[in-house]
Amino acid sequence: MLDTVKHIILILSGKGGVGKSTVSTQLALTLQENGFKVGLLDIDLCGPSVPYLLNLEDKDVHQCPEGWVPVYTDSDKKLAVMSIGFLLNSRNSAVVWRGPKKTAMVKQFLTDVCWGEIDYLIIDTPPGTSDEHITVMENLKAVKCDGAVIVTSPQEVAIEDVRKEITFCKKTGIPIIGIIENLSGFVCPTCAECTNIFSTGGGKALAEITKVPFLGTLPIDPKFGLLLGKACVKELPDSESAKSFNNIVKEIIAKTTV
Amino acid sequence: MDSNVPEHCPGTQSDDAGKASACAGCPNQTICASGDAKAVDPGLELVKQSLENVRHKILVLSGKGGVGKSTITALLSRSLAVNDQDTNVAVLDIDICGPSQPRVLGVLHEQVHQSGSGWSPVYVEDNLSVMSIGFLLGSPDDAVIWRGPKKNGMIRQFLSEVDWGNLDYLLIDTPPGTSDEHLSATTYLSNAGLTGAIIITTPQEVALLDVRKEIDFCRKVSVKVLGVIENMALFICPGCKTTTEIFPAKTGGTKQMCLDMEVPFLGSLPLDPKVARCCDEGKDVFTEFPDSPYIESLKNVTDKIIKICDTS
Repeated sequence: MLDTVKHIILILSGKGGVGKSTVSTQLALTLQENGFKVGLLDIDLCGPSVPYLLNLEDKDVHQCPEGWVPVYTDSDKKLAVMSIGFLLNSRNSAVVWRGPKKTAMVKQFLTDVCWGEIDYLIIDTPPGTSDEHITVMENLKAVKCDGAVIVTSPQEVAIEDVRKEITFCKKTGIPIIGIIENLSGFVCPTCAECTNIFSTGGGKALAEITKVPFLGTLPIDPKFGLLLGKACVKELPDSESAKSFNNIVKEIIAKTTV
Repeated sequence: MDSNVPEHCPGTQSDDAGKASACAGCPNQTICASGDAKAVDPGLELVKQSLENVRHKILVLSGKGGVGKSTITALLSRSLAVNDQDTNVAVLDIDICGPSQPRVLGVLHEQVHQSGSGWSPVYVEDNLSVMSIGFLLGSPDDAVIWRGPKKNGMIRQFLSEVDWGNLDYLLIDTPPGTSDEHLSATTYLSNAGLTGAIIITTPQEVALLDVRKEIDFCRKVSVKVLGVIENMALFICPGCKTTTEIFPAKTGGTKQMCLDMEVPFLGSLPLDPKVARCCDEGKDVFTEFPDSPYIESLKNVTDKIIKICDTS
């Protein structure tokens, strides 16, 4: 089912809450703004965030003879989305599954969704280096995966987990496209003083230590979390985040098209 | 269990275990069919014995990652230990893939020793000890790439083979989610008498969404929710003292969620870069910034938790 997909990009981070899902959705939206057809697959089974972040919480997945039809964000069908969130009855109910069941679900997401002809498939993952990650990696061996984008926040305690994720990529042979440092500094709206709440520069230093390309930094921006399905590069074009994001996406496109 | 488990496995606890059509060819078919898989896990009794002298066992949970589970676990443990020198506190880190306790408690390069009575935990203070898989890894780059059953084995070992001594509080720091680690911990601990769970969240909806799932998880596995702590609530600019909501609470925030889900609200902790740095460097906030408003909020939350534990 993935042979009609031109490029596959994994979004990884050892640490939770660093912005994997936010970066995944904004990356998908920015690629869409750039004229590409994009798919977004959310394999965080216990905490799916993509439906909320794209404002698609009331949507359902349909079956067709070929498999599952993903949810489209627009009538042009430029952005297709799949998440376990679409399959749950209530937004409060927990998916209490052990590994083997998660593995089966992830496998089904990778083999049974009709993405159609798309340029990019972005895969958003949960934190860690366990069942979901091993399954994705094993199943992507047969098709060409362009690589992983690693998201981190700057503080040591996050970097520590992200180093483990980089080891995971190296051990399993997934190329790393680069590292993005998110939540990198907060500019006070009153006095414009920049405070590095979670410190700064950690992502860049990590990129140097591990010899992985550094893609850019994204600042802490309370407006960013309220975008809900809108592309930051379109809604907040003058913001630091949008400028940085445009550069990051340009670099990702350049790295995946060679 | 491996990747060669049949896709339609009826489950080892099912009446059809080993007998369903999907079981044909499964390497575990004979074990399941014999009924051995249904036998009670001997680990349950071992954990119960090992934790006999632990008065309160508290899980620290959150569906969402990066909300401060490990930071708050560490700070609460310090707070409980500072509060009364005669209170013995310990932290068990069951985040196997991303252990943070060694760093946050400032015992990064310590090693765990084995004695006749089991693993000796690492002591941060005279009355505060910690155990984490982080102590067992050779290098900070080492990744633990394990599927569920192996993580389960490790957690069982942590719960049954660490020599804690007499403890008043054992705080168990968990990874995000509602999966293997959580099921293993709750199964073993429920049998050993679990006091309850403290849930950590941040105010924005995308975190609350996962936290509601975690509360639903607690209900499904019958774990009492002791209360919810809201972290990173407000940011006070060190320059001009303006308060900003970094993670805007669009949906009424944590208090509203607590009302909706009918669970107690324990309090809010602000976003303080000084505290974040302290934890990154493994320093004790109580000696570094004793007058910070953060400490005051933390003490209030600690008092509430002590009260809840004493009455339950």
